[in-house]
Order: sequence, then C-alpha cells, then structure tokens
Amino acid sequence: MKPELNGRNVALAMAFAALVSLPFWVSGTYYINVSSQILFYAIFALGLNVLVGYGGLVSLGHAGLFGIAAYATGYFLQAGFPHSAAILLALVVGIASTAVFAFLALRATGIGFIMITLALGQIIWGLAYRWISLTGGDNGITLHGRPAPFGLDLGSASAFYYTTFIIFLIAVVACAILAGSPFGAAIKGTRDQPRRMNALGYHVWAIRFWACLLSGLLTCVAGILFVYYNQFISPQTAALTASAEVLLMVIAGGPATLLGPIVGAALVVIVKNVVSGYIERWNFLLGAIFVAIVILMPEGLVPGTVRLWRGGLRAFRRRRGIVLAQSAEPKP
Amino acid sequence: MNFWLVLTVNSVTFGGLLFLLSAGFSLIFGLMRIPNLTHGSLFMLGAYFGATLLTGVFGVKLNFWVAAILAALGVAMIGALIERLLLRRLPGDALAQVLVTLGLSFIAADLCLMVWGGDPINVETPPWLGGFMRLGSVAFPNYRLAIIVIAVVFAIGLWMLLERTRLGAMIRAGVDDPDMARVVGIRVSQLFTIVFALGAALAAFAGIIGGPILSVYPGIDQDMLPLALVVVILGGTGSLLGSFVGSIIVGFIYNFGQALLPELAYFVLFLPMLLVLIFRPQGLFGRQLP
Repeated sequence: MKPELNGRNVALAMAFAALVSLPFWVSGTYYINVSSQILFYAIFALGLNVLVGYGGLVSLGHAGLFGIAAYATGYFLQAGFPHSAAILLALVVGIASTAVFAFLALRATGIGFIMITLALGQIIWGLAYRWISLTGGDNGITLHGRPAPFGLDLGSASAFYYTTFIIFLIAVVACAILAGSPFGAAIKGTRDQPRRMNALGYHVWAIRFWACLLSGLLTCVAGILFVYYNQFISPQTAALTASAEVLLMVIAGGPATLLGPIVGAALVVIVKNVVSGYIERWNFLLGAIFVAIVILMPEGLVPGTVRLWRGGLRAFRRRRGIVLAQSAEPKP
Repeated sequence: MNFWLVLTVNSVTFGGLLFLLSAGFSLIFGLMRIPNLTHGSLFMLGAYFGATLLTGVFGVKLNFWVAAILAALGVAMIGALIERLLLRRLPGDALAQVLVTLGLSFIAADLCLMVWGGDPINVETPPWLGGFMRLGSVAFPNYRLAIIVIAVVFAIGLWMLLERTRLGAMIRAGVDDPDMARVVGIRVSQLFTIVFALGAALAAFAGIIGGPILSVYPGIDQDMLPLALVVVILGGTGSLLGSFVGSIIVGFIYNFGQALLPELAYFVLFLPMLLVLIFRPQGLFGRQLP
C-alpha cells in the first residue's frame, strides 16, 4: 500500500517533521516544555476521546484516574522503588482503579454515567487532599529526578520532549488502529445503537468496559508523564477543573476524531499558558469558554470557529459534537 | 457514650443541611432531567450573600433569619435567570446542560474568590440560639438542634407542597411524564423555572444556615456538590424520601468517618455508593436513571 500524496498526508508529514525538529527551531526551554505539555495532554485527551467520542460515555472523573497514576508513581518512588518498577506499579494501580471506576459507572449510561464519574473523581480529589499520610495533602509529593532509560538522562527539556514525543506517537498509532479496527467499530456501535448491537449478539457492557480500560491506560500513561514532567504532584491535579479541562480539549478539537483531541490539547495548553501570563482568572475563562461553546458553537470549537469565520449559519445546530450513549435495556 | 451521642447529633445536623441541598438537586433532576452542577455554587453563593448581609451592608446589620431569607431569595433569582436565559435554550440536550452548568460553576467560584477573597469567613450563630441544651451530662449546641428542626420542617413542608397542593400535583405529573402533562394543559416550562428557583433557594438557604457550622470558604462548592451527588445516587433521583434518607445516611457516614478515620472521610462515602450501585442502581427510592 503506497501512501497517497494528497494535501492531508502532506500536512501530516509536515507536522511530523515540525514536531521531530521542534527543539532545534524553538528558542528557549520554556517553549520546549510547553510542547511537552501539549504532547502528554494530547495523550490524555486521546484517552478520554476513546470514551467520550467513540463510546459516547462522558466522564467527568478522568482527572481522578490521571491523578491516581501520578500519585502512585510518586508514592512508589518515595518508597524507594526504582523508576521502572514504580512506573509499572503505577500503571497496574491506575488500570485497577479504572476497572473499579468502570464497574461502578457503567451501571448507568448517559447522565447517570456523568454523575457517577463526577462523584468518583471528587472522591479521589478529596482523598488526595485528606489522606495526608499517603499523599502529603496540600503539600503534595515531590519527585527527585527523572529516570534515565538506557543511560539517556531525561533531565533536560529536549530529552524529555523526545521521550514524550515517542510515547505520543505510539498512542496516536494505537488510537488510529483502534478507530479502524472491528473493536473500534463495535464501540461506536454501542454508542449509536446499543440495542441493535445487543440484538446482533455483542456484549454491550463488556465492550464499554474494555473501552473504559483502554481510555484509562492512555490516561495513566499521560499521568505518569505529567508527574515526571513536573516532578511534583498535588491534589489540584485530580480536581474537577482538571477533568473539565481535558473534556474541553476533546470537545474543542472535535470528538470522535483522531486529530481533534490533539488540536484541542494544543489549544487549551497554549491558551492556558498565555492567559496565565496576563491574568489569574483561568477558571473564569475556562467556565466562560464552556458556556460559549455550548451556546454558540455546539459542534466544537474548531469547526465552530471555521463556521463563524465563514459566516455560514447553515450548519448551526445541525450537528452536536457528542452523542450520548443510551442504555442497552429497552425502555418500558 | 457522650462522644457517640454528640457525633450522632452532629451527623443528623449535617444530614439536615444535606437534605436542604439535595432535595432541590433531586427535584430539578427528576423534573427537568438536568444534572445541575451549579448546585454547589448556589450553596456557596447563598452562604456568601448571607455572610455579607450579616456583617452589614451600608451600616445596616440584619437579623440572621432575615439575612438568610434575603440570600435565599437572591439566589432563587439567579437560579431562575440561569434557567430562563441558558438552560431554556438547550432543551433535551443533556450533555450541553452538563457543560453549561459546569462552566457556570467555575465562573461562580472564581467570582466569589474575586469578591470575597480566599480567607474563610466565619458566620456568627444567632444570639438567642447560642447556648447549649443539657441532657444529663451531655451538652448539645442549641443551634445544631435548631438546624435539625428546620430540616424536618422543610421536609414536611416540601412533602405537603408536592403531595397536597395543586402545584405539587403538577410537578409530580411533570416528573412522571412531561409530554402527557403538557397535553393535559400543564405549563411544564413554567414549572421548570419554579422548580429551579425553588431548588436554588433551598441550596442557598442551606448554605447560610450551615455557615455557623461549616463557615464559608472558597471551594465549599466543590466540597458540597459531590455530597449532593452521592445523596442522589443513594436515594434515587426525583424522590423526596430518597433525598431525606440518603442525606441522613451520608451525614452519618461522613461525620463518623471524619471522627474515626479522619484521613479517609471521603473514601468511606464510596462504600454506600458501591453497595447501592451494585444492588439497586436506580437508588433506594428512585426509578431507573434515564
């Protein structure tokens, strides 16, 4: 199969080349660090997108899972484990927590799912705050140094950037494979027509459960990158605001697409970094963006801006970004 | 023994506050199918409004109960405006409503931080409720007992409203089958505004009368919202009895958890949620979540 030479592929190749060479043409470690942030938040957003975009299950507790993986890494490192063991254990803890989350939240779909994930996420946040002997409370956990796999020290900004980039590429390829695979089609099927899927012999609950686990895996990977990037973790990481931020990334870029969450992550991280340089009111802006998106651009920030730019109102309200999954049980 | 008795009273008090908060949440969800994530913010706004009125505006210091009622009315107006101006435009689109209410809660939290600053504000107990009631060797603060009385009075009042009045019958009809209610001539959209304002007023009222116990601080909205969610998950949506029983359960678990396992107070909330979701996902007194 020979890759076609069309505009989209050329643009992708250029983006790839730009990302590979980024530390060389970007001046200053600050911007390299912002790029690293964009990449691991993109992994996070890709993870949430598996659930929100493909599965139609909107989670408001994903920052809790992200936080669990990050806290677990910090905790095991503090307990004296080597980096490799700490990372593996953090993944195990993160996935196990995801399984518990999924088991509880999948008792419902639609709004029920949102409310249960929100409550679970807030419980994790509350734990991070109050379980001081484990999490350090408000003081958080400070890490000492980044790992050095194969003798490569990740202490410098560009070394960390390349590590994040490689993991990001793996995540993107994995998501691309997932979206095109029969399993990906099955997830979308459970979103759009759960009852038909059920009638066709698919186990709707199991498909959703696996979608949750996949989403959780990417989330935990992002969480581990996050904690190594900051070398610090505090309860703020697991707060509802953080869950809302990543949901904004997915919605802003356009859910159920591969590039959408990546673009969304870039937008949110850049806006957040730029804005915090001028005003302290990021939460206010975040809230205002949510309200504005829903009222003005129901189809997502990127397509919505394009539409407003072109002045076309035809597409207005023709398509909402996200379809909420419904229960597979027939309604009485 | 005394320790347990005091803890029990505290749990029931907190449960009473939670009931005022979650009854509105549950009604709004039951009638409008809107998970109102601003509910914690309305609680906080009520508390801040009340605290401001108490410390005096233009040199006028208000009576505690007058301040509480004014704060509740003010927040009810805000609730009605939110419903009329924003939620009204998104009928049937649950996700959009979630996002709008979430966005509004962030805006409200930031505005409160801007206006009232980051330090906790202590609300003084109304003077004539400041004492203690002695029962043998145990002393109970009168104010906490008063909150229990208030919660019970409100529970009975709400029950009467829903079961014994024409408005209540209309609301119940709207909860059960909004389309059919419309067909028989009930103005369901008007009910939406009334119920939303009522829920907002209850939350704000809980916020101000909870002030002397909890004090008012930034982030109280995010502390209270999940508790309201857990109550509704436990009790079932749209059910007054469910809110009441759920509130008392959460009040007990939260207070006992805080006293016995202070670090895990939030985590023990997990347990009842786990059990209810496994064995009765629609909640103790609720119907299937839509």
